[in-house]
Amino acid sequence: MRRIISTMLLGTAIALAGASVAMAQDKTIKIGVLTDNSGLYADLGGPGSTLAAQMAIEDAGLTAKGWKIDLISADHQNKPDIGTAIARQWIDVEKVDVFMDVLNSGVALAVNNVVKEKNSILIDTGAATSDLTNAQCSPNTIHWVYDTYMLANSTGQALVKAGGDTWYFLTADYAFGHALERDTTAVVLKSGGKVIGTVKHPLNTADFSSFLLQAQASKAKIVGMANAGGDTTNTIKQAAEFGIVSGGQKLAGLLLFITDVHALGLKVAQGLNFTETFYWDLNDGTRAFSKRFSERMKNKAMPSMVQAGVYSGLLHYFKALEAMGGNPHDGAKVVAKMKEMPTDDQLFGKGTIRADGRKLHPAYLFEVKKPEESKGPWDYYKLIGTTAADQAFRPLSESVCPLVKK
Amino acid sequence: MQALYAQLLVGLINGSFYALLSLGLAVIFGMLNIINFAHGALYMMGAFVAYFLLNLGGINYWWALLLAPIIVGIFGMILERTMLQWLTGLDHLYGLLLTFGIALIVQGVFQNYFGSSGLPYAIPDQLRGGMNLGFMFLPVYRGWVVVFSLAVCLATWFLIEKTQLGAYLRAATENPTLVRAFGINVPRMITLTYGLGVGLAALAGVLSAPINQVRPLMGADLIIVVFAVVVIGGMGSIMGSIITGFALGVIEGLTKYFYPEASNTVVFVLMVLVLLVKPTGLTGRAA
Amino acid sequence: MTTLTDDTLPATPRAMRDEMIVFVVMALLLASVPFTGVYPFFVMQALCFALLACAFNLLVGYGGLLSFGHAMFLGTAGYCSAHALKVWALPPELGILVGVAAAFVLSIVTGYISIRRQGIYFSMITLALSQLLYFIYLQAPFTHGEDGIQGIPQGRMFGVLDLSKPTVLYYVVLVGFLAGFLLIVRIINSPFGEVLKSIRENEQRAISLGYRTDQYKFLAFVLSGTLAGFAGALKVFVAQNASLTDVHWTMSGEVVLMTLVGGLGTIFGPVVGAFVIIAMQQYLAGFGQWVTVIQGAIFVVCVLTFRRGVIGEIAHYFRRSL
Repeated sequence: MRRIISTMLLGTAIALAGASVAMAQDKTIKIGVLTDNSGLYADLGGPGSTLAAQMAIEDAGLTAKGWKIDLISADHQNKPDIGTAIARQWIDVEKVDVFMDVLNSGVALAVNNVVKEKNSILIDTGAATSDLTNAQCSPNTIHWVYDTYMLANSTGQALVKAGGDTWYFLTADYAFGHALERDTTAVVLKSGGKVIGTVKHPLNTADFSSFLLQAQASKAKIVGMANAGGDTTNTIKQAAEFGIVSGGQKLAGLLLFITDVHALGLKVAQGLNFTETFYWDLNDGTRAFSKRFSERMKNKAMPSMVQAGVYSGLLHYFKALEAMGGNPHDGAKVVAKMKEMPTDDQLFGKGTIRADGRKLHPAYLFEVKKPEESKGPWDYYKLIGTTAADQAFRPLSESVCPLVKK
Repeated sequence: MQALYAQLLVGLINGSFYALLSLGLAVIFGMLNIINFAHGALYMMGAFVAYFLLNLGGINYWWALLLAPIIVGIFGMILERTMLQWLTGLDHLYGLLLTFGIALIVQGVFQNYFGSSGLPYAIPDQLRGGMNLGFMFLPVYRGWVVVFSLAVCLATWFLIEKTQLGAYLRAATENPTLVRAFGINVPRMITLTYGLGVGLAALAGVLSAPINQVRPLMGADLIIVVFAVVVIGGMGSIMGSIITGFALGVIEGLTKYFYPEASNTVVFVLMVLVLLVKPTGLTGRAA
Repeated sequence: MTTLTDDTLPATPRAMRDEMIVFVVMALLLASVPFTGVYPFFVMQALCFALLACAFNLLVGYGGLLSFGHAMFLGTAGYCSAHALKVWALPPELGILVGVAAAFVLSIVTGYISIRRQGIYFSMITLALSQLLYFIYLQAPFTHGEDGIQGIPQGRMFGVLDLSKPTVLYYVVLVGFLAGFLLIVRIINSPFGEVLKSIRENEQRAISLGYRTDQYKFLAFVLSGTLAGFAGALKVFVAQNASLTDVHWTMSGEVVLMTLVGGLGTIFGPVVGAFVIIAMQQYLAGFGQWVTVIQGAIFVVCVLTFRRGVIGEIAHYFRRSL
């Protein structure tokens, strides 16, 4: 009860004195990295995301200016239940200001709701669903790195342009796969290509041979994999076995990460096309960061785009707080400030955050190198196309996000 | 029509795994009256042992085919000696619970050390490439899986149904006290049988390693399908579980062609239908 | 051969008095939670699982039928309630009703199929059926696949109780749990429960006494499934989402574990087991997959040395029925 009264008093004080003055004293920040530390996506986010957050804290230099920054992390085990339980506890008990990473779309959407309800902040760098900035957008959430719409858009457009004008889809038979297929189909058609067939496969299929035979028989130039995780890697592996790529068809991944390529090995993954928004070997800035990152990783891994996003997102968050002169512990207010300021960092370059919470930056289409082209460990990609920041993501005109004024 | 042949063949490949796994379950059930929930985890261990042999010991696929079942079989026998044998005389359900616990431990440990995304295992050089059969491109390795697992299944059937050792085994299942009276060490026989069943699972694991990623959870979902296969076939006969395994693989393959949306549910739906018509399973005796 | 639970005592007046005393103590303890500073969401979550475990225990502890697919009732009720609340915008009480009704229908269908086989076959069939449902929910559009149904409105129960207030929600969940729990105790102590126990002990004898045992088992299955569904419907309000986690086989395994730890065939065992397992998941969450290993180890230890479970051991020591 006493706390409620004091909060109310404080609230009145703030209202009376004006926000910036009253809160200038509070220079504490608590960051929570909520990720998959042990499951399917642990290599993609996991401990690497926590390291990226740690590096952002060190590089921002706020502690030298009198700020006190705490970092905690937890494993949501890819279960929305556990994710929401941790999120509530972090906000209610631990007083966490900002949630980082939160990969896995199911968990992200669940945490998104809690964060909105409790006026906290979610900077999501790992979830794929474009709903986070569309139907389920929130004034407390920024979606940093990528989303399904962008992946479909960039990969579909670039491949059709490069002559891959007939497509056959292998689609994971559930909402996520359907959305990926739908978005890519739209782009392929718009770019002048056509879709000559599609087969829906169950989630977590061990054996793709039936589906690959059908894709092979279709003679489509591009076999689009509208699936994720183990399904994608199994498809790629078995496609090599059935001679899909050597038979002249191209495999296009719609949701694939450098960690998948690493797990598959270049021998199997060569020739794959897919989109990412960050690659360690893009330019001097990315190389410098990645080298420092890799040295501190247990297995010397290079950062994934999810981990890079944690670093980049936090830096921008710190900049916004510094500009505000203190931490108001008011999620919507800080996010609004972050949207006002242009973003700029070594990893993603210059960018902006849109009203719907979408962070904009260029998207890169990569092709996986042949084993003989690779000069060393983690030298996996060649850049074959770039989509500009304002072209890559879902245009606001198609958005159903209530935050977007039309 | 050509596509249909191709799907039939592909179905046989999946059937090989179902047959090997349900055969192992049937062998164990016959002797120990336990449904081995750890079967999927031990199948996964087979694949991992093959991976370790290759990457740590430089031991190739062919030796792994022999060594992995032996290593995992010994691990299984240790489990039987240290844990399962204490359940003699208790409700069968305790066996299910115990092996479920073992499965969680094994899968959890592997997940902790190797993540979930899996490790690659290359197809052995001798079995690389494919044949053009006219109606399909058949990777040599897949043809090998069908032939080899069929041979293993038949050998197991022969061992149990047609040899002296098998006769002891079957007798010990029916009446352990009497067999003991003939001077046969029944507990040791039970241990060896468990080792054999587990070895079959590990063998299936090695066979699948080059096709799929070697993943800690590769057996977790598969085992539930195999349970349904076992319910459909009944665990009464060795030959029954072999035939049901292959047959369901083919049916699943056909479903993938005609109605792919149902391909992961078709086995369960068939199980329901069989239960409604013939509750004891196609070849089973009453439990 | 011993059955799963071999030393539950008959329902004598003394046993019923013991049960009532423990029940009142438990209810008072739970009712005081909001005043203790214990995090209420944790307790609410545990209460939902406790009810689920009690419903499961009705089937295994008193009917001798080990279902390895009880998650299907939890998840089905969860999805249906969530859909009713979010898409049809029904008030909470009707939302719960929709979920429970769905679990009721599901338990009739699955019960009709699975009750045809006994023992291990029954376990395998229930597991296979729940896996079948898992795949159906994965593909069905209304469940939103891996994303799940999110942001479910909690609403006002009976138009007055604002469930978005944690304390109000807590007491609603508590009342729901206690009601379900009392119903289960009532069933166990009823003539129906006695027949069920006699079937578990010796089915042949029960048949020869003229009982149509299949009907009793079927009814026990439906009751258990429906109550499990009630737990699932309550859980929707606590978690505010419905996801595939609740229909996955690992969830079915967790329910078995809770009941086993607390004590199969004891009245209070599943409640204790649920709190132990949920607390463990909560406090060991940082260890990631080691939680699975620990759960597996608990299974092994319980089966090998601790088959009566926590409450079962206590009851055995004091020679009481709890």
